[in-house]
Amino acid sequence: MSAVLSTPATSNTPVRKPASTWRATFLSRVLPWIVPVLLFTVWQVAAHVGWLSSRILPEPFAVAKAAWNLAASGELWKHVNVSLWRATVSFAVGGGLGLLLGLLTGTFKTAETLLDTTLQMIRNIPALALIPLVILWFGIEETSKIFLVAVGVFFPVYLNTFHGIRSVDKGLIEMAKSYGLSGWPLYRDVILPGALPSILVGVRFSLGLVWVLLIVAETIAAQSGIGYMTMNAREFLQTDVVLVGILLYALLGKLADVVSRLLERYWLRWHPGYRH
Amino acid sequence: MQSNQVEQKNVQATAKRGIRVAVQGLFKSYAGREVLKSVDLTLEPGEFVAVVGRSGCGKSTLLRLIAELETADQGSLVFGEGSKRPETRIMFQDSRLLPWKRVLDNVALGLPKKDSALNSLKQVGLEERAGEWPAVLSGGQRQRVALARALVHDPELLLLDEPLGALDALTRIEMQQLIESLWQERGFTALLVTHDVQEAIALADRVVLIEDGRITLDERIALARPRARGNAAFAQLEERILSRVLKQPASVTDPDSSLGDLSLLKSVHQFAWAV
Repeated sequence: MSAVLSTPATSNTPVRKPASTWRATFLSRVLPWIVPVLLFTVWQVAAHVGWLSSRILPEPFAVAKAAWNLAASGELWKHVNVSLWRATVSFAVGGGLGLLLGLLTGTFKTAETLLDTTLQMIRNIPALALIPLVILWFGIEETSKIFLVAVGVFFPVYLNTFHGIRSVDKGLIEMAKSYGLSGWPLYRDVILPGALPSILVGVRFSLGLVWVLLIVAETIAAQSGIGYMTMNAREFLQTDVVLVGILLYALLGKLADVVSRLLERYWLRWHPGYRH
Repeated sequence: MQSNQVEQKNVQATAKRGIRVAVQGLFKSYAGREVLKSVDLTLEPGEFVAVVGRSGCGKSTLLRLIAELETADQGSLVFGEGSKRPETRIMFQDSRLLPWKRVLDNVALGLPKKDSALNSLKQVGLEERAGEWPAVLSGGQRQRVALARALVHDPELLLLDEPLGALDALTRIEMQQLIESLWQERGFTALLVTHDVQEAIALADRVVLIEDGRITLDERIALARPRARGNAAFAQLEERILSRVLKQPASVTDPDSSLGDLSLLKSVHQFAWAV
């Protein structure tokens, strides 16, 4: 049975690239997976033989089975959907505001003088320290979770946008002005693209942070979501379900990273550092 | 005979597009340090003037003032007859191409339509690189794109701020020839700021030396174009101006010495890159 489980992971690569005669490509595809596969095997064997108690760490197969059962009953999708929705909304709100305010303070000196000190003070408060206050303000409904995550992702985007706008090459701006560009065309053609690499660093950082904050927000007070699922499972000592939750977070985090990488690759295709 | 024809062509061309620039009593100081002290300079329409001087002498500041990138503390700047702002374009030492725009879009920057951009790119011999990112071009190619970008606007005044300073010797000579031929063809007024005396003599109708914020030499270069660098008259002129820049006793007072003493000539050439 365990062999059935490990086949998708190990045989996936050669099957996907059947005609590949390039040894180098093959190796570069396979090599990164050797360590994970090895770890899985050791884990499986250790749990199977009984070195590991299933209370501590259930065998991989049990985790897969739990995942399968959750998926089959539809429960898994419900939780994943809710978590994804929360992540998207709070990233859109927090990241959007961060981008907007970053552009504002980066572009206008007055806005910086007016807002930056305040924002820097707020930045030094850990988002999670606001939990008691947030619960008092918004209760334990969706708003409190979204607020918490949005506050957390706001700052990486804000700081990197501000820094990006400020570090646009002054020579390029001078050149563009002497070529008759000003106002929105100058902003669109020179300032914004110049700040983009930095903005995308902020976006990528934020996307990673979304999941970290969401885990905490969902374990506090929730009736749904991956965090709720794991906390609930803990109460019943279902370590396999807890592990399913943890792995889901890892998967979704990786997914977010892939998306932001794709964005970078497209938007920064002019950049020698991002060309492949 | 041939030189006469060339001169003739120049004069005809210059009538087309160039603008007169009159600078009078220009003062500029930064944080209490006077960079320019009463500079007077007139560029005739279609004239090619080179400004040389040691680094920090204020030659770039003069260019930036004429480009109206900065404003003078005192003095007047008059273009042509009226007060109309002329079509001025600048070529900087670094090409300042927008790395996120393809070569053609860089040339078309600030143009309402892209049509003439490709044509301009053709003139600098880079039309087949139109779709590439600036990052993949060599330094010389980038400067050629920058030149195309400046010329696509058909400027009346072209300001060149050490545009070839970062290029290797061969590319530099190639670029000088390109700039010269395009200048002859278009007839714009050109102001070249450079630390390379040889380059100044190769290109300019007049070489102006700025020392300590003032113009201390204004030399007309009467050599026929295209100017051969190996030419004795060229070398003599170069040595005279260079020793003036370096404030060395001018050996040209004795007409034979500059040609006779080869070791001196060599050392002067070495200096040409160091100034």
